[in-house]
Formats: sequence, structure tokens, C-alpha cells
Amino acid sequence: MAGKKTIGAIEFGVLSPEMIRKMSTVEVTIPETYDADGFPIEGGLMDPRMGVVDPGLRCKTCGQKMNRCPGHFGRIELVRPVIHTEYVKYVEGFLHATCPKCGRIVFPDETIEKVKRKFKPKTRFKHFAKKGSEVRKCPHCGFERPKIKFEKPANFFEVTEDGEKRIWPTEIRERLERIPDKDVEALGFDPTRFRPEWLILTVLPVPPVTIRPSIILETGERAEDDLTHKLADIVTINLRLRENIDAGAPQLIIEDLWDLLQYHVTTFFNNEAPGVPPARHRSGRPLKTLVQRLKGKEGRFRYNLSGKRVNFAGRSVITPDIRISVGEVGVPRQMAEEVTVPVHVTEWNIEEVKKLIMRDEYPRALYIVRPNGSRKRITPDNREDILEELAPGYIVERQVMDGDIALFNRQPSLHRISLMAHRVRVLPGKTLRINPLANKPYNADFDGDEMNIHFVQTKDAQTEAREIIAVKYNMLSPRHGRVLVTADEDAVTGMFVLTWKDTKFTREQAARLLYSVGITDIPEPDEDGMVSGKKVFSKLLPKGVNLEFPAKLCKIVKEVGYCKGDCKKCEYDAYVVIRDGELVSGVIDEAAVGAGGKLVDYIYRVYGPDVAQDFVDKMGIISTLVFDILGFTISYEELKISEETRKKIEKILEEGEKKANEYIKLYEEGKLEPIPGFSERESLEIYIIQSLEEARKEVTRLVQKEKFEEFLRNPKAAQGFIMIISGARGRISNIINMSAMQGQAYVRERRPHRGFMDRVTAHFKPGDISPRARGFVKRSLKDGLGMLDLFFWGMGGRIGEVDKGVSTQISGYYYRRLSNALMDVVVFPDGTLREVTNDYIVSFKFGDDGLFPMYALDGRLPLDTLLGMIRGGKK
Amino acid sequence: MASKKRSILDHVFVPKARVLSEKEVEELLRRYRVTKEMLPRILETDPVVVELGAKKGDVIEFVRNSPIAGRSIYYRVVV
Repeated sequence: MAGKKTIGAIEFGVLSPEMIRKMSTVEVTIPETYDADGFPIEGGLMDPRMGVVDPGLRCKTCGQKMNRCPGHFGRIELVRPVIHTEYVKYVEGFLHATCPKCGRIVFPDETIEKVKRKFKPKTRFKHFAKKGSEVRKCPHCGFERPKIKFEKPANFFEVTEDGEKRIWPTEIRERLERIPDKDVEALGFDPTRFRPEWLILTVLPVPPVTIRPSIILETGERAEDDLTHKLADIVTINLRLRENIDAGAPQLIIEDLWDLLQYHVTTFFNNEAPGVPPARHRSGRPLKTLVQRLKGKEGRFRYNLSGKRVNFAGRSVITPDIRISVGEVGVPRQMAEEVTVPVHVTEWNIEEVKKLIMRDEYPRALYIVRPNGSRKRITPDNREDILEELAPGYIVERQVMDGDIALFNRQPSLHRISLMAHRVRVLPGKTLRINPLANKPYNADFDGDEMNIHFVQTKDAQTEAREIIAVKYNMLSPRHGRVLVTADEDAVTGMFVLTWKDTKFTREQAARLLYSVGITDIPEPDEDGMVSGKKVFSKLLPKGVNLEFPAKLCKIVKEVGYCKGDCKKCEYDAYVVIRDGELVSGVIDEAAVGAGGKLVDYIYRVYGPDVAQDFVDKMGIISTLVFDILGFTISYEELKISEETRKKIEKILEEGEKKANEYIKLYEEGKLEPIPGFSERESLEIYIIQSLEEARKEVTRLVQKEKFEEFLRNPKAAQGFIMIISGARGRISNIINMSAMQGQAYVRERRPHRGFMDRVTAHFKPGDISPRARGFVKRSLKDGLGMLDLFFWGMGGRIGEVDKGVSTQISGYYYRRLSNALMDVVVFPDGTLREVTNDYIVSFKFGDDGLFPMYALDGRLPLDTLLGMIRGGKK
Repeated sequence: MASKKRSILDHVFVPKARVLSEKEVEELLRRYRVTKEMLPRILETDPVVVELGAKKGDVIEFVRNSPIAGRSIYYRVVV
């Protein structure tokens, strides 16, 4: 290609006054823009030599029209120099480092050489500036230099015995001019490209009008850009300053105007400079000047340059739909009508395409693209002609339809599975629909979350989406290989209820359950005429599944001490046995079917993505329907605990408190045995917390046992507990908080201790460190919290919430940096990790073991599953 | 005062290191289809390199403990 060039290097630097004048096409001397006729004034801020923004006018420099003229710089000759405030730190450094009289760095030549050898150019400057500020006597000319003081925006003072004397930019500039080139180099700059005196502006470049166009309001008035306003201020003050100097005005007035000029130039660059009041518009709105245009999220860089926008995309609120597959996404009809997908016309599909063209409503074709690339909108008037013309090789753009492939994404995209491919299902309504069993990879919920969807356009991309990024190929977490697209929360509870040993359905109910997932083979009822839940569930399993593992319930059975030791004969249904696709015993809960669940994992690995996805889909539908039939709720009654247990709890708490108080007494007497590595006071805290936590543990055991017994007696009366033991949601501690005791409140892993001096609230005596005074709450939520109880818990809750927000932010940024750094490191076919540009080796074996974590399980090969794969599902 | 000079290589935290023979280097480069520049580097001034007496261009084999694989082998070129 002609004229194609490669950018070899970009150099950033400081403009010299000479350069500013050279690139300037006009000196701006008049602080006005347009004359009465609406034409730009020559020598004004909108001088046509700086480019034109009105259509029709021609640029006086390049002779081109509005859209072709790139714009040209002008200049303002400043009557008195001002400091470039974005560089004041450097000006300060130069002043510290050099002698005002001879301009040399205030160190002997040998020292300069030594520093030059020792430090990189970047650090040399800092070094000299810091050390130089303490040198009083110049070693080169012997001049006694006064100390230099810098005051925030741009004022410098010399500090002598007689007091402080302001040094004005003219003086500063002269001093900087005196610095010899070799010392500029020693300070880390390239004297062929930069001179320190350039940091003091004697001439100010005026950006082209193209960069600050004036806009015409509906009222016909012209409104100038913020930058133009700022420039007008500069020109005005500049003029005033000149007049006053020419008229021989008193020094004081001149200095005031000079400072004002400095202020305007400062705010022209940066209107948020620290220590400078922002310049405001007449309305009181701060002006948006140069730095503000570039900086921050809405600045030129992040918003315009790094920000990317795409077509064929949509965004909406998401809502759950259990009846679509996890591999599908529900697309609102409106969205489907708006977005198109190209269809390449061939002799095999031309008839279908023709039908699409002739349609009046929804699935219809919107555009045709001829082989030469010209496109045409299909309207009822021209569609007959188009039909005539249509031939293989044409492309027809039709509305999105069921079965198309789309990428679905939720931010923050921390994961590769934050973006997966789903098949489109066009649905009524305005929200994007997703199967709730597929929301874990996205970390989505339905409290107003929005998600993005991208309709994949080219055939290649569609194939890639279907074969690689589709949900079914990403059901395992690439981090540790556990199933992520599977039952959670309600679905787990549903599976538990369905497969619990006492759950029975009438034949009709069983039929309803199975029909809902398309299974027509209804199991024969038992002698009592009922179909057990386990039999219904077994119908979902592929033939030949053989698995044995303890259910999540097993852990609870052990905790409450009911375990008899023989798993095979577990009378609490806590040991799952599946033989040839029949659930023989055991309840299906989180361990089988939740995240990383053994059963889903097995099905995925042995039977493959399609079977696993189908299983998960069916599980979702059935578990919902189970509640439809049996109902599920949690009642206040469930939170009550027996009088007997109540009394026991009271006693435990009393004892715990007593124990804590004993420690306090020991401490006060100085007899407390400190824990190694801790002070007596620290040890006391640990002892107190220990005794209180012990009490809590005992209460937990007690309540857990009672609840478990209640559940065994009547599962229907302990449904909240079912959610906990099935692993669906909640923990025992939640039940404890509600029905037994709140327990100790913590602020940053310590008992609350701040507030008043030596006490948290005014309700205690100073120095009271008893459990109650430091946030130990004996009451439960059911009893109702007292005023102080609530306050203590509020303290803990608030800190927790704040910490959560801060730590996610911080760790999020760490993760972002890490993943960006690792982005270009790739696993090569020989198992080595290499950097992508030069194939340099980073690691000789990926992860030291060469395993792909997604297909391993928690970093190990899942051997029993692999065995199942080898056996092909047969015993 | 200990009279015997101790080597840093004997410390448990220092991975076992060994300079590869020319033949082994050749074999290594062939196995991974790389040139020496493409291997990870180690400074000539690194205490382990000094201790081994390796020169620029030598390849050192490190055998270290890995929490994942138990043992992992790594090669680095002295630069």
C-alpha cells in the first residue's frame, strides 16, 4: 500500500518558545470571537487562520473546508512570563539543585560525575533536587544561596534573615537560563531537546478552533467552548497587563495583574489544580479545561481511545426462567426484531430465504447485501424486485431467530466463563431470560442485574461459539474442575425433598413430574400405590451410572452423634448408592448435585456435555415442580426450641459468662497466665473470647441435635433446617442467631471496644470489660434484641459491610493486574508455558504437573470417575 | 566459631542445582526446540551460580519441591 508507514518511535517533550512561534499561524491579540455579522475576527480567538468550524468557510492557512482542515495553532505572546504549573515540581527541583548566580549544580564536579554513574537519568534529578536544597554555598562560585521556598500553586520565595522575598517568573527564568547544558544532562534531561527555561512560558500556544468549536444554540446564540472562554480571559488580562506597564502603573498593580495572568494560564491547563480555586462559568459550573478533557473515566483516554463499542449487541435486566435450557438465553421479542444475522444465500436455502423476504411480521429479512457489497433495505414495495434479483452469493440479513447463537456476558468479567455462548430463544417480555442454574459462572442474581448479549455474525465465529464457548462445554470451572452449571439454592432443596426416603407421590403426581421433563416412562407404584421420590429421580439418570458416596447429610448425622458407623446401612439416608442408574439409597443433596457435586461431575465426565446439560435442565424443572406439588415454607414455629433446651442454653451461657468473668478477676489480680507471645491484656481477650465461643459451640450442638430430631420426626416441620442440611442455603449459625442466642459481636475480629473512653457506650462504667459490656448478646432474634444488643450487632455488621466493599475493590484490582500480566503466557502443545511473542519459555511444565485444572478435579485426576469412563458406565 | 565452610547449596530452602553438561544442554534444546536465549535466565551474580562456579552460557538444572507435583525441574541459562 502506498504511503503506508510504521511508527518507529514517539517522543514526548516540552515545546520551546521558538517551536511554539514556529508552529503558530497567528498571534491572538483580541479577546473576542466573532464580529457583529457573525464572521470571525482576525487576530481574535476564532481567527480563520487557526481553522474553521463553520460550514462553507475556508481555512486561511490551508484553504480547506471545515471537515478537511486539521486546524492550526496560534499563540499568545505573554507580556510577562508565567510558570507552567503542570511542571512546577520540576522548576522547584531545578532551583534547589542549581546555583542562582552561576547556574551550576551545587555540587563539586566529582560528585556530579559520581551521581551520574550511580543513578539512572530519572532518579538523578530527584537526588540532586533533594540534596541540593540543603546546600547553602555554591562550590563553583562561592555564592551564598538563600533557601528557596515553594508555595502551592506557583510562588517561589527566597528565605533570608531579613524575611521572605518573592522571586518572580522573570527572575526564575533567568536563573534557569544560566544552567549549562552539561548540568542539564547531569540532571537527567537531554539538553538537545529540552531547556529548563522552557518551563517558564513566555508564549502560550493557542489550540486550533477545531479543538474548541463554538456551538449554535436553538435560540441562534453562539456558545463558546470552555477553552475559548479561558483563552479570552488570558488575552484580556494580557492586554490589561501591557497597558498598565506601558502607562507606568505602580509595581503593586502590575504584580496583581501578573498573578492573575498566572492564575488564568494555570487553570487553562488544569482547572482542578490543588490549591487553585477552579475557574467557573457564569452559571457557576467549573470550566472543563485541558487536563479535564484527558483525565479520568470520561476523559479522552479511557472513554474515547480505550473504550470500544460494538454493534449487534443488547443489554437488559435479567430474569430467571427454569423452563429454558441452561444452554439457552431468552431474548425479548423487541430485541430479536431489531438485531439481524447474515444468511449466505445458496441454492439449498434460497427458498427459505425467499419466504423470509416476503414476510410481513417478525421472522423476516431486513436487508440484502449484493455480492458487490451494496446493501438495500427490504420494504414491501421493493421485495418483489429483490426476489427476482436474489441468487446464490447474496447475503440476506434476517432478524434474530430461535437457535441462533449469542454470547452472554455479565460484568465484572473476571473469568473466561463470565462470557458464554447460549442458543437464542425468542420470548415475550422485555427482559433477557436465563436459566437460574446457569447463573453461577456469571455470579448473577435477579435483583435487578443487567447482562449483555452479542449476536454472533460470521459463520466462523458462530461455529467457534457453538463448539467452544457454549455453556455445555463450560460447565466445569476452569479453575478447579468442579461443576458450576448445576443446581443451587432452591434446586438443591428440591432435589433433597424429592429424594428423601419418606417422599412419595401418587401415580398422577409422578406422571406430572416426569412429563414436565419429557419422560413418559412412569415407574410402577409400590404396594401402597405410591411412587417413591427416589424412583422418580432415577428416571433422570442415564442408564449405567454406578456411584457410591456419602451425602452432605452424612456430616450432620456425624455431628449430632447419630452415626452408627456402617455407611451402607445408614438409616438416615445419608449414604448415596446408585446402581445402574437407579437411586437405591441416600438423599440427593449438595454433595451429589450442588457446585462440584459428585453425581453431576460423574455424568459430565462419563456421559459428556450433552447428557450432563440435559440432566441439569431436567433437574431444574423437576425440583421446581416438587414444590408445586408438596409445597415448601418456613414457619415461625420452626424457630421455637423446647423448654428443656432453653434451660440448658441459659445454663451454658451463664457458665460461659462466669468463666469469662473469672478470667477477668484473675487478670485484675495479676494472676492470669499469659499465652506465649501475648501480653496479659491480649491473653485475657483471647481467654474471654475462647470461653464465650465455647459456650456458643455447645449451644450449637444442642440446637442442631434438637432440630435434627425434629426433622426426623416430621420433615415438614423443619423445612428451614432442610435448606441447611441439604446445603442449599443458610448455616446452623443462622438458626442459632434466630432461636437461641446472637452471641459475640465482632469489630475487626475483636470485641467492640471503641466509643467512649474505656467503654463502648455510656451505659457501662469505664473499664468494664465484662462480656456484656463488650458486645456479647445472650438474646436471640426471636426473643428480640435489646437496645444495646442491637447497637453492638450494628457495629459488627457495619464494619463487615465496609470491609467487604474495600477488600473486593482492592483484591479486584490485584486480580486485574495479575491477569493482564499473564495474558500473553500460553500453554504450548509440548506442555511448556511460553510467552507469546517470542516463544520464550516461562515454565517447562504447566503448573509443575502438566494437568489442565478444568479436566482435573481440585488439582488431582478424578480417578474413580476416570474408571467409570473406561468402563463406559458398566460395572 | 565454625571452622568448616558451609555451602548455601546445603540449605533446605535452596533448590538442588547442577550445571548441565554440553551434551545435556544440546539434548535439552532439541527437546524443547529452543535456542538458549529462549530459556529462563539467571544472573551470573546469583549466589547459587557463584557457588556452582558456572559461567555465562551454562545451563543450570534446578530440582525443586513443588506443592503440586512434589518435584519440578527447571532450567535456567546463566547470563
